[in-house]
Amino acid sequence: MKVTYYPGCTLHGTAKEYGQSMIAVSKALGIELQEVDDWSCCGATSAHSTNFKLSVALPARNLAAAEKSDQPVMVPCAACFNRFKSAQHYLKKDAALKAEIEGIIGAAYTGSAVVRNPIDIIGNDIGLKALAARVTKKLTGLKPVAYYGCLLLRPPEVCEFDDAENPMLMDKIMTALGAEPRFWSYKTDCCGGSLTLGKTEIVVKMVDKLMTMAKEAGANCLVTACPICMANLDMRASENVRLPAFYFTELIALALGLEGPAQWFKMHNVDARPFLEGLDLL
Amino acid sequence: MGTFLQDINERIGGVPIQRCYHCRKCTAGCPAASVMEYNPNKIIKMIQMGRRDDVLNSSTIWLCMSCETCITRCPNEVDIARMMDVLRQMAIEFGVDAREKNILTFHKVFLANIKFGGRINEPIMLAHYKLKSGDLFSDLAMGAGMFVKGKIHLVAPRTKNMKAVRNILEKTAR
Repeated sequence: MKVTYYPGCTLHGTAKEYGQSMIAVSKALGIELQEVDDWSCCGATSAHSTNFKLSVALPARNLAAAEKSDQPVMVPCAACFNRFKSAQHYLKKDAALKAEIEGIIGAAYTGSAVVRNPIDIIGNDIGLKALAARVTKKLTGLKPVAYYGCLLLRPPEVCEFDDAENPMLMDKIMTALGAEPRFWSYKTDCCGGSLTLGKTEIVVKMVDKLMTMAKEAGANCLVTACPICMANLDMRASENVRLPAFYFTELIALALGLEGPAQWFKMHNVDARPFLEGLDLL
Repeated sequence: MGTFLQDINERIGGVPIQRCYHCRKCTAGCPAASVMEYNPNKIIKMIQMGRRDDVLNSSTIWLCMSCETCITRCPNEVDIARMMDVLRQMAIEFGVDAREKNILTFHKVFLANIKFGGRINEPIMLAHYKLKSGDLFSDLAMGAGMFVKGKIHLVAPRTKNMKAVRNILEKTAR
């Protein structure tokens, strides 16, 4: 299948391993990526916290460019995904706002783009059976908790992703890879998000709670689809509680025997290679 | 301009916040409630009582992380997450000093970075944040580690049509 691809800023920077594993997994599963022409930042938390129209106009510029084809728009970053879906939500219900935003971005906006996260595309379109059939190295011994966080799920009528209180799609992908995902009650809790610089001490407390609860559930790692969650899990957890964290695409690549995982795991703040070598997975 | 309550309702553009019957479900699920000066439910009550200055001066509006648990669970569909956005925007608009200065500094630096290159250049944004916030020394070892691991690039691809991006920032500026 062909998709329009919006990598967003972090996939070229702190989430480089998410970007590289996304491209490798897409290629292996036959998802052809066509990058949004000359894309720009979605504005993230900083735009919607300070200026409503800006928070709609920045995603709208990218959506207007993506609408030129009728392919789904694949947005791997949970934060970008949330901003795209929110902009579509506001523009759909307010014709005057839509006209104003079209003037601001200097382009026509129809709202026709179907914005989707790769968890949804891989889990539903490629399918769990097809994914399981491609596995060459079962992730036996890997006991992740699937950590969905906030931005893929809430508000549910905007995100249209999975059950807002008990999402299961990423858990099912992990099962298809031969891993043994653990049930836990913290899969939709917040990691502290963008407070990581301005209020680090709060974020450390929140991440430590997630790690402690993951351990209590019998997990030996966490898996996520959000660069902000990943940055906080990987960099803010206290040493005495921390577990390795992975992007779900890194684990798909590992199970499919693709090239790259070892160099991606090396990029994590908490080097995950010794952990995986201990499980005989690397 | 109407009352504080009317002004906020108009900016939210959804369910009026008088619909709140103070069940406090928003506050029970709020990950930041324990560190907030006033919890989300108290903020609603204070708005209803017209305590404009106390609300806009509070740390609460800056500590809200926009996790949207409140709006997801509110039985009356009061959009508390959007209300927090609106309160931050009003505080900026009315020139109220942000109680959590570094959080607003981060937002300003983030948006300045978009104006500079259309896309976020993380090392330049972080350096800018450190200079503006005065928090020069935290996370330096981690930053150095990321540089060694090849995750930090000083030169990153930018948006080509910067005129369009700057236009968006200028036309939406108040």
